[in-house]
Amino acid sequence: MDKVMSIDEVVGSLESGMTIGIGGWGSRRKPMALVRAIHRSRLKDLTVVSYGGADVGLLCAAGKVRRVVAPFVTLDSIPLEPHFRAARQHGTIELTEYDEGMFMFGLLAAAHRLPFLPTRAGLGSDVMRVNPELRTVRSPYGGTGEDAEELVAVPALALDVALVHMDRADTRGNGRYLGPDPYLDDLFVKAAARAYVSCERLVDPGKLEGPPQTLLISRMHVTGVVETPGGGHFTECGPDGEPSRGRDEAFQRHYAASAADPEAWAAFADRFLSGDEAAYQEAVRRWHEEEAR
Amino acid sequence: MSATRAEVCVVACAEAWRGDGEILAAAMGTCSALGARLARLTFEPGLLTTDGGALLTAEPVPIGAPAGPAEGWLPFRDHLWLVQNGRRHVMMGASQIDRYGNTNISAVGDWARPTSQLLGVRGAPGNTICNPTSYWIPRHSTRVFVPRADVVSGVGHDRAAELGARASRFHGLRRVVTGLGVFDFGTPDGAMRLVSVHPGVEVEQVVAATGFELVLDGDVPQTRLPAEEELRLIREVLDPEGLRDREVGA
Repeated sequence: MDKVMSIDEVVGSLESGMTIGIGGWGSRRKPMALVRAIHRSRLKDLTVVSYGGADVGLLCAAGKVRRVVAPFVTLDSIPLEPHFRAARQHGTIELTEYDEGMFMFGLLAAAHRLPFLPTRAGLGSDVMRVNPELRTVRSPYGGTGEDAEELVAVPALALDVALVHMDRADTRGNGRYLGPDPYLDDLFVKAAARAYVSCERLVDPGKLEGPPQTLLISRMHVTGVVETPGGGHFTECGPDGEPSRGRDEAFQRHYAASAADPEAWAAFADRFLSGDEAAYQEAVRRWHEEEAR
Repeated sequence: MSATRAEVCVVACAEAWRGDGEILAAAMGTCSALGARLARLTFEPGLLTTDGGALLTAEPVPIGAPAGPAEGWLPFRDHLWLVQNGRRHVMMGASQIDRYGNTNISAVGDWARPTSQLLGVRGAPGNTICNPTSYWIPRHSTRVFVPRADVVSGVGHDRAAELGARASRFHGLRRVVTGLGVFDFGTPDGAMRLVSVHPGVEVEQVVAATGFELVLDGDVPQTRLPAEEELRLIREVLDPEGLRDREVGA
């Protein structure tokens, strides 16, 4: 039951054309070490399903993405994600744009092996216009014909692979979160044929101390687990760590400013994204040292 | 004490939740969040407010301050479920809004290849079809108040009417607060109406900054001024750092 893998083993098991769900929310607890590894991989034509942040942006920048499925892409403290904007404005990606609740219902449907779930969210909005494949259903209860309530049938968001980042995980793939919000990470792993968990710290089985309700991810859904200290950087991930793992706002500003300019982005990619995860962490450490001077 | 424009806006936002009772006051934007917390501290004590994150705070807290004691937990999944449940009145922002209150936070231009990609629709479709919805739009201009929203994220009155009474029975646009005035949709066809202008603003100024025909219903009064106690709460308790002034110029 030991599911410990390396970052390269996880990304090496992925294939071009896959539908990949990425946990977290905006610029919060994103499995960035795995995203960075995809960024430097040979994968392409991915469909990325995400409450999007820099994960979507980075993969768009690297030309890895055929389609994004998302209700938004944002860096939270910086509202607009520059790479995603550029990809949309240049027409280099396709987009399935859902309401946030619709998106959750899509994950819930997939996680429970249902073909769809009904909701009011989406009715009357342009979500119905820009996703012409969406269908509505009429309630079989409390009315007939036109009197029966019409609802959006959100199709299951079935994933080939889910990637999530936990504060703690054990070697069997059980995962714990320490922050105030689980986001939808447990739904992502249940909606996926295979799920990989990266974590700030890996512990032995039985050593995931803490309240049982923070045990978010069960090993029954998990294919592999990888320890990536700082692997959520620069997104907000967990209240613990030394230094703490709040969002690295200064570095996020540097990312966003670089992403908005092709020349600056080339320099950023060369400095931070050309090596492996250890090289990234070291480059970020040095950048902070320079900034502190 | 004379109130600044931003303080008038905070109170105008607070007024959106008057009479709502024990529901979540969800707010996007600084003056909107200040308004929700001010309403809770004064005339609408039953309201629930957040720390801007996953916690329902036991007391209204200053913008950006630690949550202090929590009285509830509302991570994103529960927030999305609450939208469906309905005990919530949200005040959102909008990059575009039209005559019937259709709003856009998704993209400017043609959706397929936008000239300017914005946030995405976020929760706006569900918010508007499931919950009472108001808007806080600091910069009132013809760029924002447009004849037609390019991408409809938030559902307006004309589209809700097209859905029929049953599908739209939880839809309801309450008020729009901008840097210039307050608006509602209390007209026979649900078109936007000027309710009041902020002190120092002329009706003509509002009309000129609006890219569609605004309903003008007789004499337009002035937006009510903050009471002394409201000003004290805004300045000393909720926003001592003056973040409100970053949204609304003095």
